[in-house]
Amino acid sequence: MDFIFSEEQQQLRDSIQKFISKEYGFEARKAIIASKQGFSDKVWAQFADMGLLGVAFDEAHGGFGGSSVDTMLVMREFGRGMVVEPYLSTVVLGGSLIDLGGSEAQKQAILSEVAQGKLLLAAALGEPNSRYELNCVETSAKRDGAGYVLNGHKAVVLHGESADKLVVSARTAGAMRDTKGISLFLVDKKAAGVAVQGYRTIDGMRAAEIRFANVKVGADAVLGEVDAALPLLERAADFAVSALCAEAVGAMEALNAATFEYLKTRQQFGRPIGSFQALQHRAVDMMIHCEQSHSLALLASIKVQSEDPNERKRTVSAAKIQIGRSGRAIGEEAIQLHGGMGVSNELAAGHYAKRLAMINATLGDVEHHAERFAGAA
Amino acid sequence: MDLNYTKEEQAFRDEVHSFVRDNLPKDIAGKVLHHKRLVKDDWERWQKILYKKGWVAPNWPKEYGGCAWSPIQQHIFDEECGYLGAPRVMPFGLVMVAPVIQHFGSKWQKEYYLPRILSSEDWWAQGYSEPGSGSDLASLKTKAVRQGDHYVVDGQKTWTTLGQYANMIFCLVRTDSTVKKQEGISFLLVDMKLPGVTVRPIITLDEEHEVNEVFFDNVKVPAENLVGEEGKGWTYAKFLLGHERTGIARVGESKRELEQLKAIAAKQLRNGKPLMEDPRFRDRVTGVEVELMALEITLLRVLSSRTKPGPEASILKIKGTDVQQALTELTMEAMGPYALPFRPEARDAGWHGEPVGPEYAASAAAVYFNYRKTSIYGGSNEIQRNIIAQMVLGL
Ligand SMILES: Cc1cc2nc3c(=O)[nH]c(=O)nc-3n(C[C@H](O)[C@H](O)[C@H](O)COP(=O)(O)OP(=O)(O)OC[C@H]3O[C@@H](n4cnc5c(N)ncnc54)[C@H](O)[C@@H]3O)c2cc1C
Ligand SMILES: Cc1cc2nc3c(=O)[nH]c(=O)nc-3n(C[C@H](O)[C@H](O)[C@H](O)COP(=O)(O)OP(=O)(O)OC[C@H]3O[C@@H](n4cnc5c(N)ncnc54)[C@H](O)[C@@H]3O)c2cc1C
Repeated sequence: MDFIFSEEQQQLRDSIQKFISKEYGFEARKAIIASKQGFSDKVWAQFADMGLLGVAFDEAHGGFGGSSVDTMLVMREFGRGMVVEPYLSTVVLGGSLIDLGGSEAQKQAILSEVAQGKLLLAAALGEPNSRYELNCVETSAKRDGAGYVLNGHKAVVLHGESADKLVVSARTAGAMRDTKGISLFLVDKKAAGVAVQGYRTIDGMRAAEIRFANVKVGADAVLGEVDAALPLLERAADFAVSALCAEAVGAMEALNAATFEYLKTRQQFGRPIGSFQALQHRAVDMMIHCEQSHSLALLASIKVQSEDPNERKRTVSAAKIQIGRSGRAIGEEAIQLHGGMGVSNELAAGHYAKRLAMINATLGDVEHHAERFAGAA
Repeated sequence: MDLNYTKEEQAFRDEVHSFVRDNLPKDIAGKVLHHKRLVKDDWERWQKILYKKGWVAPNWPKEYGGCAWSPIQQHIFDEECGYLGAPRVMPFGLVMVAPVIQHFGSKWQKEYYLPRILSSEDWWAQGYSEPGSGSDLASLKTKAVRQGDHYVVDGQKTWTTLGQYANMIFCLVRTDSTVKKQEGISFLLVDMKLPGVTVRPIITLDEEHEVNEVFFDNVKVPAENLVGEEGKGWTYAKFLLGHERTGIARVGESKRELEQLKAIAAKQLRNGKPLMEDPRFRDRVTGVEVELMALEITLLRVLSSRTKPGPEASILKIKGTDVQQALTELTMEAMGPYALPFRPEARDAGWHGEPVGPEYAASAAAVYFNYRKTSIYGGSNEIQRNIIAQMVLGL
């Protein structure tokens, strides 16, 4: 067993930490969120320079040939800094869909552009009635000459408005919930018939409802196998979940640190509130929650590569359950232990709690993954 | 033992129910039921309707224009109002400062302020907490120095709920710093229009403006606005706590939210079936419902007791807020991914933009984060537990 990061990985981590502490403080982040597109092009370009946008792609596709552990490492630091740039949607979810399922031509065309920060992706997978079920797809793709015509409504597409290209799941055969008959398409967001309704999310990010009305795509827009995209979708989603778990761990670490510091400095009754045993035990439980989450996030970051889909699903779902529960517990306790300050929007603490709660609501909540875990046993 | 309401209490409930049903303006009820944003006028309109009916002050004695209802009647009234979507009557004037004025105020304070509280002419705020004095309220520092027929007030209050609407604030101020900290505190009624009073918003996690900072810079307050005696403010403040007991459990409101949660969970789908039929989710709803059933009976036991409610009433605060928070959490989770969209503009009653997801999703996460306050304000739940440990369990 070896839980130690390599020297390169440590350097990568240090460079992100340095960037966040210097240029991505709470006030800078606030200004970015308030901007029109809700994230910073400048920051994105810096991420490209730092090599973060291609960290896990092959060198042949303009990447750095890293592993899922590198992605985890980046996401953990982003969790600490509450980075709102579209990394999850573009690099992790969009990028892995193409990396895992794309043709050589698609990878060549897209991944290096992503790595250079020139192209943004979003994965349009969920629908108004699908909740967290990736197989629940009503959006249709009908054959039309050599290509397809897409119709449907995709819900809560993370960073859907800013994306250049969308990866869309659509039904090419079968009924709404069938596991077979799902295909993936690469759709230009500017294509005729694509209507985007963008909005803020409560954790400071952006998402969109995207409607497709007779959107025509060519045969080369198909990503992966026609009618059989679900396994690919699940693999990429699991990769994104493991990245979210790492992000959550970073957020928990930062939130715990802020809370423990507050317990040491806030004085009531002539002493630091951290001297009250009732609060000490709560702090200890927060710390234990974080350690348990960290353990399963590490495991998920390795097992997400497993060739055995059951092992992969079981581990990734276990991690998501753990971070869902622990994120909720830590978020709520952190607010409570900050007293009134905890509900003020001027303090970072509440923003971490918001992000942690929304991570639970993204790509499957505790209940969704509890059912999946049992099914993968 | 008989755990049923008496015939008279049943009849009273029916009377309250039909009055509220028939007289609560639909637009206001709609806002409350759908978690839309309330504005000053909504509270005032409802309070004036109750005032006309003679029901705005359930807890006041008859001589001051109150209803002098029994605790059980007050509970029935709160429950029906909460259940039907009435906005909460603003407690700061009617429930908090009024009993203090009635018991300890001067003749003119009673004659001047009480009618204005009844008619909602004045909007009161509570000026207790300070940046350095929350749970440890008695350490408060805002100073009031007697100069002739005035007190000169300097300092800062914070977390002042709806202080942006208020024209009056009752404050605990330090008039003597040479004695034990509880004994140097006085109870002062301050006109917020006086020169030197500044109100600044604090924005909460849901990006709403519900609380404020209030600054006092050399504010000259007439000495006749001191309630009772100098140095007795702490005693009056503790007396006031005894008047906050009913309603603190918010049973009616939680019953309403529980019903809404079930209605939402019947519409939301999981694996193609209503979420409410999903055993994992349903069991959690049942868990909260059972707690709420128990809370209602615990509340009635407290209210029916022949002695005045004591420190054990802290149970009501702890459990009442547990239940409220659990309901907001389940409601948020019921939305699935539609918990994410954050659209404060959609919470304005007049907003007619394009919705995102089901209409009821627009406020779910915002309300969840807003309700984190309930275990913090009014004496945090840790402080309530300390009270029970010390005063009830003798630890
Ligand atoms: C099955 C069993 C096996 C054991 N095996 C061993 C063993 O192998 N070796 C050994 O040395 N001992 C052993 N113990 C003894 C054990 O260490 C003591 O029971 C334990 O330290 C508690 O001490 P106590 O029973 O005197 O309870 P007390 O110390 O009287 O504690 C009573 C309660 O008060 C709480 N409490 C006490 N102090 C504090 C504080 N400062 N803050 C908050 N809460 C507090 C305790 O948690 C407990 O709930 C064993 C006990 C049991 C029950
Ligand atoms: C939305 C909202 C509205 C409010 N409205 C008003 C208002 O209108 N008027 C007004 O005067 N005030 C108001 N308050 C203030 C409220 O009463 C205080 O926030 C509360 O008393 C806690 O004080 P604090 O925020 O300073 O937290 P602190 O007292 O600093 O507490 C921080 C944490 O330490 C814990 N703690 C403190 N002491 C102990 C102890 N001895 N043992 C164990 N744990 C302890 C607390 O429970 C909390 O978890 C409001 C607060 C909120 C959030």
